[in-house]
Amino acid sequence: MKLKTLVVGTAAAAALIGATFSTPALAQAKEQFFPVLVYRTGPYAPNGVPFANGYVDYLKLVNARGGINGVKLVFEECETGYATDKGTECYERLKGKNGGATVFQPLSTGITFALTEKAPVDKIPLITAGYGRSESQDGMVFKWNFPIAGTYWVAADALIQQLGKKEGGLDKLKGKKITLVYHDSPFGKEPIPLLQERAKLHGFELAMLPVAHPGVEQKSTWLQIRQSRPDYILLWGWGVMNSTALKEAVATGYPREKMYGVWWAGAEPDVKDVGMGAKGYNAVTMQHGTETNSKIAQDILKELHAKNLGTGPKEEVGQVLYMRGLMSAMFAVEGVKRAQERFGKGKVMLGEQARWGYENLALDQKKLDALGFAGVMRPVSTSCADHMGANWARVHTWDGAKWAFSSDWLQADESILKPMVRAAADKYAAEKKIERRTPADCQS
Amino acid sequence: MLYRENGQFKTSYAADQQIFPIAQDRYLILALVAAAFVLVPGVASEYMFRAILIPFLILSLAALGLNILVGYCGQISLGTGGFMAVGAYAAYNFLVRIDGMPAVAAILMGGVCAMAVGVLFGIPSLRIKGLYLAVATLAAQFFCDWAFLRIKWFTNDSSSGSVSVSELHLLGWTIDTPADKYLFCLGFVLLFALVAKNLVRSHIGREWMAMRDMDVAAAVIGIRPVYAKLTAFAVSSFFIGVAGALWGFVHLGSWEPAAFSIDRSFQLLFMVIIGGLGSIMGSFFGAAFIVVLPILLDILGVAVGFNTALASHLTFMVFGALIVFFLIVEPHGLARLWSIGKEKLRLWPFPH
Repeated sequence: MKLKTLVVGTAAAAALIGATFSTPALAQAKEQFFPVLVYRTGPYAPNGVPFANGYVDYLKLVNARGGINGVKLVFEECETGYATDKGTECYERLKGKNGGATVFQPLSTGITFALTEKAPVDKIPLITAGYGRSESQDGMVFKWNFPIAGTYWVAADALIQQLGKKEGGLDKLKGKKITLVYHDSPFGKEPIPLLQERAKLHGFELAMLPVAHPGVEQKSTWLQIRQSRPDYILLWGWGVMNSTALKEAVATGYPREKMYGVWWAGAEPDVKDVGMGAKGYNAVTMQHGTETNSKIAQDILKELHAKNLGTGPKEEVGQVLYMRGLMSAMFAVEGVKRAQERFGKGKVMLGEQARWGYENLALDQKKLDALGFAGVMRPVSTSCADHMGANWARVHTWDGAKWAFSSDWLQADESILKPMVRAAADKYAAEKKIERRTPADCQS
Repeated sequence: MLYRENGQFKTSYAADQQIFPIAQDRYLILALVAAAFVLVPGVASEYMFRAILIPFLILSLAALGLNILVGYCGQISLGTGGFMAVGAYAAYNFLVRIDGMPAVAAILMGGVCAMAVGVLFGIPSLRIKGLYLAVATLAAQFFCDWAFLRIKWFTNDSSSGSVSVSELHLLGWTIDTPADKYLFCLGFVLLFALVAKNLVRSHIGREWMAMRDMDVAAAVIGIRPVYAKLTAFAVSSFFIGVAGALWGFVHLGSWEPAAFSIDRSFQLLFMVIIGGLGSIMGSFFGAAFIVVLPILLDILGVAVGFNTALASHLTFMVFGALIVFFLIVEPHGLARLWSIGKEKLRLWPFPH
């Protein structure tokens, strides 16, 4: 290599580095910054894309309607590829931009674990609506984590209740064989403590079969299922693992009616390839399902897609994961709106102030109806001690062409959940040497 | 001009045997180290520390370890991620199970455990070579992945399999700000780089290189293959284990086995190959290339106005193309380019 090329190359590289890091600090007024962590690439992209589209569409909709009491939203996406290290890099990149991030939604249990350590230092709240670490429901220890409207323990509890109903009472589960097929990561392992607790209580036999990332290698798992013939299978899968599991179930001849997925395993991309083969497969939903006819979905079609402002294809609006993104963004925005009620309407909220909003969310039926979420979800009201705010779930079933609800509302049993949350949170607090918050701190 | 050595005479063996015998090199490196310790903590932003500098330093250390094995001793290993995991989990266990365990001691003990595991998986290298050895070390990777996912004892019975470390202390210095963490890692890396450089210059390093170049000939002139190969595995795994512990303790804070997956092994092997096999400097170049470049490309892509998915795909493509380009232009890696540059500068501006 010639010296000249080397010198020119080095100069070009230096210029590139300089250009990248000297992002000018723009002083902008009246703009609330929402960083958006997404994964539109990688093995989980088919599921990540609709979520991201829903999330962004909701923020756009709020802007189109004049922002939060006049405060415009700005947002910026960062691609994590569902990888923890890229997620933390994105977090560092976005947290200080545009006057500081309002809230982060990590969209991965691994990233949630990593950010849980950082959020208290940077004073930025984390919303993990329906996922994340289950014990973070305890706001007295996890001051900055908000698993709003559901955790994996709620999902698992609702599923066991549904199985009990099917059998004609939870006591009838005694002696039954229930197998958990799970993604071998913190996400997949999250429901295990609750299921073990329930197994002890009702006397069912719990078997656990891990599936390695990304989840296409399941032959041996289904061989074991063929041998043990469990009464029910709980599928804690994500991305390509779900459709693979369903195909394997077809091949093994395991009845799909006896399979129950977590909500990450109960959306259109999971069953579309399998089509009729997945007929009868069930999945828990954290409140909403496919809500194409809901007012909010119609509003988005009317106010964004009709004007070519929408994100992603029109057909996606109202699908399960799209609605999930929409709902998560709604929580993020409503928390800021709530915070404005205390700290000043029409002002830009800091992360710390927004945190108060998320801790005091009071989304009653009237507010939900006004937002267009009527029928999509139940009221949510968080508090200092309870960062989850609602513990309801439903089960929906794939009929070969679409998802339809097949159960009533199920409420997680607080008498089981509460002591577990408390014990796990206490363990975390002891490890980290965190003091439980005092009532005075709740006012902050 | 810059590299003229006129008048630099070596009058003692010590002067001739310095790490950087040329004065310009010496002052440049000293200035670099001084800047890294004094200047950088003052000017770098938190993002620079957390997302770029700290990962760069830790992965440089791991690449250094791997370079000793692959570059200097010629034993191909794909188990790097596994050895990093051993270091991280062992250090974690020392920290949580022994009261009052200092963090630095735990990290070094993590390195010692990785060394033991490394030597164990290095034993097959006495019989098998090249690609076959790569496959054998792959077993180390899979075994470690399996062990840390399945054996609850290692994760202190954490239900999700994710472990975390609370604050770090070093002799009353609480390491919590990004600048502190950076300095902590920098200290480790500097020390270990110095050790590595001196090891490869000493008789043991020459034994490794003799094994790499032709093991039969090396055995004929009296080098014991067992000793040479196993020491290379031991030293390399120790470095990698320490890097793994730092990755968990300092960079991630809380981690799961996926942080040390097979992808990490490949990443480190690429660093060593692109940076330059058998070169201490090359480990740093390689780490910089693999850590910093994708982030730069990604930021640039977004800044230009591509959407995130497109930017991310473009990053992959450009990055891949650059790797191929560099390997075609200079198969001996970035370190070789660096030394060519220095050679040219010696003659500049009057090449003859």
